[in-house]
Amino acid sequence: MSERLSRARAVRLGWTFAAVTVLCALPFYLDAFWLRIGLFSMAAAVGAVGLGLLTGTAGQLSLGHAFFLAVGAYGYVWLAGEPGPGLPTAVAAVLAVLLAGAAGGLFSPVAGRVRGIYLGVATLALVFLGHHVLLTADSVTGGFNGRSVPPLEVGGFSFSSDSDLTLLGVPFGAEERLWYLGLALFAVTWFTACGLLRGRPGRALVALRDSETAAAVMGVDVSRYRSAAFVVSSMYAGLAGVMLALAFRRVVPDYFGLVLSVDYLAMIVIGGLGSVAGATAGAVFVTALPLLMTRYADQLPLVAAPGTTDGAVGPTEAARYLYGAAIVLTLLFAPDGLHGLVRRLRARLRHRLTAPPPADTASPSQPPTSAVRAKEPTP
Amino acid sequence: MTTFLDTLFNGLALGAVYALVALGFVIIFKASGVMNFAHGSLLLLGGYLTAVLHDDLGFAGALAVAVLVTAAVAGAMDRFLLRAGGTDPHAAHVQTIVTIGVDIVILTDLSRRIGGDLLSLGDPWGDSVSGLGPVTVADSRIAAIVVSTVVIAGVFALFRYTSWGLSLRASAEDVEAAALMGVRLVRIRTLAWCLAGALAALAAVFLAAFPAPGLERTTGQIALKAFPAAILGGMASPPGALAGSLLIGLTEALVAGYQSDLHILGEGFGDVAPYAVMVLVLLVRPTGLFGGKAAVRV
Repeated sequence: MSERLSRARAVRLGWTFAAVTVLCALPFYLDAFWLRIGLFSMAAAVGAVGLGLLTGTAGQLSLGHAFFLAVGAYGYVWLAGEPGPGLPTAVAAVLAVLLAGAAGGLFSPVAGRVRGIYLGVATLALVFLGHHVLLTADSVTGGFNGRSVPPLEVGGFSFSSDSDLTLLGVPFGAEERLWYLGLALFAVTWFTACGLLRGRPGRALVALRDSETAAAVMGVDVSRYRSAAFVVSSMYAGLAGVMLALAFRRVVPDYFGLVLSVDYLAMIVIGGLGSVAGATAGAVFVTALPLLMTRYADQLPLVAAPGTTDGAVGPTEAARYLYGAAIVLTLLFAPDGLHGLVRRLRARLRHRLTAPPPADTASPSQPPTSAVRAKEPTP
Repeated sequence: MTTFLDTLFNGLALGAVYALVALGFVIIFKASGVMNFAHGSLLLLGGYLTAVLHDDLGFAGALAVAVLVTAAVAGAMDRFLLRAGGTDPHAAHVQTIVTIGVDIVILTDLSRRIGGDLLSLGDPWGDSVSGLGPVTVADSRIAAIVVSTVVIAGVFALFRYTSWGLSLRASAEDVEAAALMGVRLVRIRTLAWCLAGALAALAAVFLAAFPAPGLERTTGQIALKAFPAAILGGMASPPGALAGSLLIGLTEALVAGYQSDLHILGEGFGDVAPYAVMVLVLLVRPTGLFGGKAAVRV
């Protein structure tokens, strides 16, 4: 048994090592367009993991994620920027994450008491009120036009294209440098989130989601854990906000609207609720799909070139259509998200490998009700 | 004083229209547990159809077609797209996201067709006004209040006196018990979606009528303000949705009407005031004004 376990572990380590190697090698081969997609995906993945903790694991519906992203992004810009304290950028980034956590903490009187769909709409209020503040508090946020983002600098190394740097014959601009920063931050997110979920807090949150009363009887402090889930999720959102700000190089209020919140919700549901890997996959799907489609839509049939007469379907619209349809179709055929889809495929494959003769009759050992799946310890 | 009455009346009219939308939300939520993000685009669809068809069919005919088509689209959405996940407890989450996908598709298409135009719906009230005591009010606003009251009373009668209403209430109370009693859950649910779609299409008419410049592609976003309205009242309670809508409408109108006195809160606070009110109410009553405390069994 232990031999099998250690073998599985070795295989997993091998895969992780391969994935890390590929991800680290990519900036040497891809151009800025693909690297930017990667940057946005990594930032989105960090945010989605946070929302996954809150909505998927703890079962608290939140539509306010855009607000906490905005707190992170604007917090960084203000703390590091000229109208503002002008702190060293690395300090500002850390403080911005803490600020987002504090914002989540301030919301805890509501988060600890309000449940289900009520919480969803209450957090919706955060987005609208936050947007209003971003537009009106000119001196801090720059109003409608937003503010430009000071590049991050750690120990004299600047994550921007200001200084020349060439590695193995490849010029390293802002995208290449930010790529490694994004990877590092994403790795931190991945391991902390997995650790949280496997440990006592994760189990407490799952218990809360499945039955609050039962969890309370087992000794889980309900409102404390509910609030804590909100704070932790907001901190991940804040980190994602900082990463997005660095990637965009300018923050504007209109980006942090309801659409963004809804996109994050779509990410975790498409990826599969309650799993870190699922949230990551969903984040890449939702982030990369519209960008790729906008770029390549003009090569699709029935799509007019940009700027032609109105009435025709332009690339942006085609991208939106396909994006909407992709959401609907993914969930129609994989209601438990990409994570569940992969798990079912893997189970089927393993079954076929171990017991080849009866192919179809007994094949999917997975029961159809995903209520059973939902109770599994979430990785 | 006149300003106050004026504002009050505006608030009532606005609240009456929100009530149509919020009632739709609540009906859908009661029947299926889904938060319908596509409600705004259903509303826009209704308005768009009325605007396109009123030249040929007359206003009443166009409105009738628009209401029927929107109801059919909402019903079809439920029937064909919202089957994902079956009866799993997570299914409502998944279906909520499916409505987002549907919303994106419908909204993209309608925005493409409407473009930057302002469409007239050809409503019979035009820009006429009547004197009502010391204030003058737009006829379309009076019509909004009257029609909403009649329609909402009709919907409540449906809930109370028809077997469909009984089945809906029963299935909202306890799905399994209702199914065992022979309630056809699927049909009840689809009809609920149809009804909500019809209400949204009707609301579009009043949102695009006189004081508003006409139907534009952002008209559907108004449906978002019906979220707090529905929540304020308690999501599972139709009368609550009504009270919540009036509260939201009045808040918005009053804050917008007295903006000059409230400039410290920033310009355009009227648009977000409903959300501020909602958060305050939820702090005191976490399940809305009319939401009951549910007994929990383990």
